[in-house]
This record gives sequence, C-alpha cells and structure tokens, in this order.
Amino acid sequence: MRPDLSIIAELIKPSARVLDLGCGEGDLLSYLQETKGVNGYGLDVDPTNITTCIAKGVNVIEHDLDAGLQDFADDAFDMVVMTETLQSVRYPDALLREMLRIGKECIVTFPNFAHWRCRLHLGLLGQMPVVQHLPDSWFDTPNIRLCTFDDFERLCREHRYQIIQRFVVGPDYHQQFLANQMPNLFGTIAFYRLGRSS
Amino acid sequence: MKDRAFEGGDLGVITPQIFRWGSTFPLRSGATLPGFELVYETYGELNSQRSNAILICHALSGHHHAAGLHAPQDDKPGWWNNCIGPDKAIDTNRFFVVALNNLGGCHGSTGPCSARPDGAGNWGPDFPTVAVEDWVRSQALLADHLGIKIFAAVIGGSLGGMQAMQWGIDFPDRVRAAILIASAAKLTAQNIAFNEIARHAITSDPHFSAGRYRANGENPDVGLALARMIGHVTYLSASGMGQRFGRQLKSGDLALGQDVEFQVQSYLRYQGQTFSRQFDANTYILMTRALDLFDPAAAYGDDLVDALSRAKARFLVISFSSDWRFSAERSGEIVHALIRAKKNVVSSVIESEHGHDSFLLPLPRYLAVLGTYLRQLHETLDQHAT
Repeated sequence: MRPDLSIIAELIKPSARVLDLGCGEGDLLSYLQETKGVNGYGLDVDPTNITTCIAKGVNVIEHDLDAGLQDFADDAFDMVVMTETLQSVRYPDALLREMLRIGKECIVTFPNFAHWRCRLHLGLLGQMPVVQHLPDSWFDTPNIRLCTFDDFERLCREHRYQIIQRFVVGPDYHQQFLANQMPNLFGTIAFYRLGRSS
Repeated sequence: MKDRAFEGGDLGVITPQIFRWGSTFPLRSGATLPGFELVYETYGELNSQRSNAILICHALSGHHHAAGLHAPQDDKPGWWNNCIGPDKAIDTNRFFVVALNNLGGCHGSTGPCSARPDGAGNWGPDFPTVAVEDWVRSQALLADHLGIKIFAAVIGGSLGGMQAMQWGIDFPDRVRAAILIASAAKLTAQNIAFNEIARHAITSDPHFSAGRYRANGENPDVGLALARMIGHVTYLSASGMGQRFGRQLKSGDLALGQDVEFQVQSYLRYQGQTFSRQFDANTYILMTRALDLFDPAAAYGDDLVDALSRAKARFLVISFSSDWRFSAERSGEIVHALIRAKKNVVSSVIESEHGHDSFLLPLPRYLAVLGTYLRQLHETLDQHAT
C-alpha cells in the first residue's frame, strides 16, 4: 500500500464509518475493511478504478466530486478522507465544508506548491514547476487548484476548522527533519486531520 | 433473416420446465389463486453446497427464455444471451442461473391466457392484480422446489430490478447480492403517465372488448402495437434515435414530390406489429400496473432507508447516462438510501447513448462491471460455505 495510505489508516478507528473521496483503486478501503472492519464507501469517476475496486470487494460509488455531496446526510461518517485530490476539484472550499458536514472529522492530503523546488522553478527559471510531487506540465495537469500549506491553513482559520493534527513529509513520503522544521519550504505532502470548529 | 451475430450456440438448446404449485396462493390485492404454474429455464450447474444459484427477474415484456436456443434452427437466442453463458458476465461455468416467466405472464406461466379453475374459458381481464411482492414470493416457492435456500444473486433490469430489491427486503436470508439495473425505488408521475397512455391505447381498441377479446376470437392488435410504440420511444434516447435513424427515408423521394416514409416510422410500426402478435394485452396491462404499484417504502412509513435496513444482501446498482425513463438519479436515490441503511453497495453509471434499452445491450463497460462484480461474489461463496 502507498505509504501515505498507511499513515491515514493509522488514524482511523476500528468499525468506523469511512468515506474516501477519490478512492482510486480502493487500496485504503480494502485495507481498512480487512484489518479494521470499517463500513467504508469510496467515490471515484474513473471506469478502470471502479472495476478495480469492484474486483477487491470495495463499496465504490461512481460519482463526480464536482457534482457535490448534497445527497449524503449530515454526520453520516466518522471520517471523510480525501488524498491528493483537493488540488484537482473545482470547488475545494465548498467540498471541505461538505466533508465536515457529512463527516465528524476529515483527513485531507495535498501537495505543497511552496516546496523549495517549486519556488526554484518559478522564481529562478520563470517556469511552472514540474517536480517529483507535481510531475505534470501546466497544459495537461489535473491539478487546477494548487495551494501551499500556508494557504490551506489560512482557509481553515477563516472557516474556523479545527486542525486536530498535521503531519508533513518530504519526497517519497519520508519523514524529514527539515520538512518538520520548515514545512512550507521543505514539505512535499501534508496530512491534515480536521474537525469542526469547537 | 437469421441473426448470425449472436453466440446462441454457447448454451445450446434449452428445454423450458414447469413448476406447479398446488396450494392456494394469496396475493397482495386480497385475491387468492387456487394454485399456479411457472415456466422456467436453468443454465449451468447447481454446485454441491447449492450456493451458486442466480435468479434472473424479467422486465415488462420479458420471459423465461433468457439465454440459449429453443431449437437449433431458432433465429434468435434468449433475450439476455449476450450476458448469460459460459465465460460471459453471468458466467454459467460458475453459476447456476434460473430464469422464469412471472405470474400473470403470457409465455407459459399462469396468467390471463390460462384456463380458469372452474373451466369457464380463460381468466382474461379477471386475472387478479399481481404485485412485485407476489412475484417474489412465487419465485421463492420455485427456489424451494429447486432446493435453493439462498441465491448468490438476484438480478434484474427495470421492473426486474424492482423484484431484486423486493427480494432483499422480503427475504433477507435468501439473497447474498441484489443487482438492480436501470431501476427505481418507485415510479415517478411521468413514468406512470406513460404506462397509462399505453393502457389507454389498448383498452380503447374496439377489439379489446373489455379484455374478453379471446372469447370473441379477436385481438386488440392496433392498441397493443400503439402501446408498444409509445413504450419503445421512451426506452430510447433522442440522440440514440438520431444516430440510428436520423431523417433517413425508407421509401419515397422528397425531391420528386412523393409521399415519404421515414426509417423510424417503419421501424416503430414493425416493432408494434411484431409485439402485438407475440404479447397478450391483458398481461401488458397487468405488468404495467405492477410497475405503477411498486413502492417498497410504503410498508415502512414511506421510509426507503427503513425498508432497506431489513436487507442483509450487498447491492450493485447500475444505471445508464441517457436513460430518462429510469434515470441515473432514480438509481442514485436507491444508492443513497442503501448508504444511509449502512448496506454494502457498489454503483456505476454507464455512459451509453441507448437510453433505457441499454440494460439489454452488450455494452463493454456494463458487462465488465457486472462480470467483475459476479466474479468477486463467486470468490466469497466458498467463504460462506465453510
């Protein structure tokens, strides 16, 4: 399993009700079903991903996140997870609000656009960054809503989302001294565990 | 004209069988049948644990002949031959498949065309109203007869999907997976309206004679054909019809000032005429009524979540993007009710131009979803057995 998914799996309690937005090939849910007996559902739009999820026995629902989550009830889930998808949806702020309506808590991970390599590309070369954690060219990237850790935390403050936990990794999901000391400069991916405003 | 594109040889020649229920059978309407017969077919082998059975529930105009041929020289195989057979989505190498003609049907099961118990002609319009719940209970009796305690899956499209849903609610311990294709938890007013137009077309045919047309040696061909033509248009999508027929002419030349016939006119007329020769008008009325009346939530305070909470099955819900008669939104309502009821559910919306008819077509992605789901289900059957 992808290292980021192992990190997330640690944060989920046994028998929890889990919704995974952009569940991909269903690895996280499959693992959580087997090891923690969760009641989990995943949303995805990619036909190949959906068939892969079905083959694994994952509850996959074909649904475009840009169409919103209004059909899901308030408090329907203990945890709503969205890994590296925030940056490619049309309305990330509205989606975050919805995640914290239908879930008691949520986990969001996304790539950092302020990583020093990105800054180097843009600041010195004058080019859109093409780096390990953001490998696509500007014209074919699915990432239409790139942000930095600072940007994200400012949004959370504005909406009074509670940041329960933050976890930052360097390249290849490794924990790094520098990424922990100066996350917005050295971190590539951040994991935020959010709750509603207290 | 022989249709060589089908793989009818896969299952070979299938002989229909008859199940006879000799005791009284009370119906939801309050009426009671003194007994009944169901005609059915089976494909594949029931395994020693009797765990691999699949029930196919048919839609409005379907019947028991779902796959294979009835005779080697048959022009056409069963109605779902593209989906049922060895190595197909519903794989008869893995599963034992049962398909029947529902109670009230006109293909061999007890219905309006059958003789009355008192011997005074056939039932005709006096055959009692049959509901989806009644079908499901009669299917359970057939399952008892075949020694099937629990179905691995109950599968149906459209009205067949409604039966699969009712199975999940009424017999929670007898179905592992309910597969609902292009279906709905209840009909919308628009959908009932189309059924009413179809019924009105039939009942206003002078040959209908209040449903006693057989006693007069007649058949409401015109009304039945019209009902089918209306239905058929609603089963296709505007773009699908456009692609298939466009404005092509069957005969005549506009430039020469002749009367013209569009291809779509000729097609619809052919569909209507063929159908009126093959289908019984009273059965058509009975089946559309069962569609209209279906509302499993009604018995649970109009709460679909409460109704589905009874189910123990896992669910697969499939819909099609261009289906407007049983739209993807209606399937979405079922999916969200299932999520709220904490049931295992997979759902897929298949991109298709072919409207409601899509559920009968060999669309690669549709068959991949269904086939993958059933293969995974089959892997879990051994776990259940041990």
